[in-house]
Amino acid sequence: MLEIQNVEKRYGERTVLRDVSFTVPRSRMTGFVGGNGAGKTTTMRIILGVLAADGGTVLLDGDPLTADDRRRFGYMPEERGLYPKMKVAEQLVYLARLHGLTPTAARRNADALLDRLGLGERSNDLVESLSLGNQQRAQIAAALVHDPEVLVLDEPFSGLDPLAVDVVVGVLRDHAASGAPVLFSSHQLDIVERLCDELVIIADGEVRVAGGTDALRREHGGGRYELLVAGDVGWLRAVDGVSVLDFDGGYALFEADDATAQAVLRRATADGGVVSFGPQNPSLAQIFREAIGK
Amino acid sequence: MSATPSHETVPASTTPPAPSFASGVWLVAQREMVTRLRSKSFTISAAILVLGVLAAVLLGGIFGGSTESTKVAVVGSAAQVVGSTEGLESVDVATRAEGEELLRSGDVSAIVLPSSGTPPVTVVGLDSPPQGVLAALSIQPDIELLDPASQPTGLIYIVALGFGIVFMMSALTFGTMIAQSVVEEKQTRIVEILLSTVSARVLLAGKVVGNSLLALGQIAAIAIAAVLGMMVTGQKVLLGTVGPAVAWFVVFFVIGFVLLAAIYAAAASLVSRSEDIGSVTSPVMILIMVPYFLVIFFNDNPTVMAIMSYVPFSAPVGMPVRIFLGTAEWWEPILSLAVLVASTAVVIVLGARVYSNSLLRTGARVKVSDALRG
Repeated sequence: MLEIQNVEKRYGERTVLRDVSFTVPRSRMTGFVGGNGAGKTTTMRIILGVLAADGGTVLLDGDPLTADDRRRFGYMPEERGLYPKMKVAEQLVYLARLHGLTPTAARRNADALLDRLGLGERSNDLVESLSLGNQQRAQIAAALVHDPEVLVLDEPFSGLDPLAVDVVVGVLRDHAASGAPVLFSSHQLDIVERLCDELVIIADGEVRVAGGTDALRREHGGGRYELLVAGDVGWLRAVDGVSVLDFDGGYALFEADDATAQAVLRRATADGGVVSFGPQNPSLAQIFREAIGK
Repeated sequence: MSATPSHETVPASTTPPAPSFASGVWLVAQREMVTRLRSKSFTISAAILVLGVLAAVLLGGIFGGSTESTKVAVVGSAAQVVGSTEGLESVDVATRAEGEELLRSGDVSAIVLPSSGTPPVTVVGLDSPPQGVLAALSIQPDIELLDPASQPTGLIYIVALGFGIVFMMSALTFGTMIAQSVVEEKQTRIVEILLSTVSARVLLAGKVVGNSLLALGQIAAIAIAAVLGMMVTGQKVLLGTVGPAVAWFVVFFVIGFVLLAAIYAAAASLVSRSEDIGSVTSPVMILIMVPYFLVIFFNDNPTVMAIMSYVPFSAPVGMPVRIFLGTAEWWEPILSLAVLVASTAVVIVLGARVYSNSLLRTGARVKVSDALRG
């Protein structure tokens, strides 16, 4: 488990991270969401040790991170970059060797990864000759080529076509399944929604929301229910303690406490013809908007 | 280990040991060298420089009159001495005046007169001692000059110019390459990936080592070309006097280049775009070009040369020239080298600081004072 504890970062007078704490559990995909300038990239750079924090610590399985630990991290910076005039495979081998792999292991990993990402044919092409989407895939390969134990990826999906997103998602899930903590940031809330088991929302350098997505949904769902019946639910407006948010013939979205909701369900069942009833889970976008207070 | 670690639960146990500082540096250095050697513009310009030096030495040998058959005018009994000397072709003349006529018209390189002294000949030259003839006679006969040149022989100028040009060209070429390689990593942002893997010091050391090795290789190739050229054209005298200076030049160059390389890398790390390299490296260029001009204009000024031979930036040019002139005591190159090594060490420490503090600051140019403070 990767733990970020009370991390602070200031640039002169400006505080960019204020008491940032959250955990990235093993075997889980943790989504890191926030607006531009919220502090995602700074946090990730501090985790990787590329930037020094002004306070706080980062722990891996309870121990402060060492340079040795960090070498086993796979990192994809927000600002993409590879040597434009180097061949794809050669570049991956170089990075893997900097991480301490033997030439043979580096070569093997690079080839396997390029095949999996659909770049096997292009492995001897110069990076600058690849399309942007393929450069993005190569970038992901660069983060994974040394078999990292922890993954920290800044916007790994930006610029990928849907097929490539699926491939990358598959690769990341495999890493999580093998027990690696995986932290990734994204602007694309729908991808985060589909992908992450844990969610961290950051705004203005402060963590606003952190936890498992299921729990968060329940928490932020806050007593919203959807009811769909065969007939008409116009009677719902008259029930005490119910505020109807949306109404359309047999469909209603309403807010109520647990007991009232149960009473509504009993009444609807008595009328007969209940098609569906259940709590409405807020989308990530809703949680996000609520968390950053907009 | 495979790239799809779905079957691994504890990857930690299989992670390889950390690469040592040295092996990290070597990996970076290797990449630098391979990248340069693959670039056509680099290999072509390096080849041109080596061939240029070789051509200059060969042409100097041919037009300098040091070829195998140097014609000399011989008067009387001097013919016995000259006749038994390899590499000299005698032109018998009756009188000295007749010889002077031939000498002034350029038909012969020197006049050899009989003399009562030991050795029993006098060599008469036109405006400078005829090196080839003296070498061939291999004893130091009396020398007379009809029109003594006001400056020391042009050879000094050529040798000084040679050291100056080779130092300036190599330092500029490789310094600029280091600067480009630093900015390339900043501009393409790959530096962030690199820094998450190795320290800035490993990166800097690797660049300096890689490019210095290439520079040394080029300088060695030039030195070998020059020596070979002198041997082929039979300029054994020149080889004997220039040889030690060339050897010292190579030693000074290596250390001096490391010094410049560290400055170049630190300077380049202040900017984020290759268009801005010029603005930060031009002060360094001046440091490189000043010794070149000084050596051209002041190679006959012992004071200037003595100062030059101790100032770290000009020592790689100044000291070899003084060694060639024979004006340096045996301990002087060693002392100057010590000064150079010490200042290089200081610059490396400061340069590494600037470099590691500037690498992740993209956008506007970083101030040196900010980079030093961190």
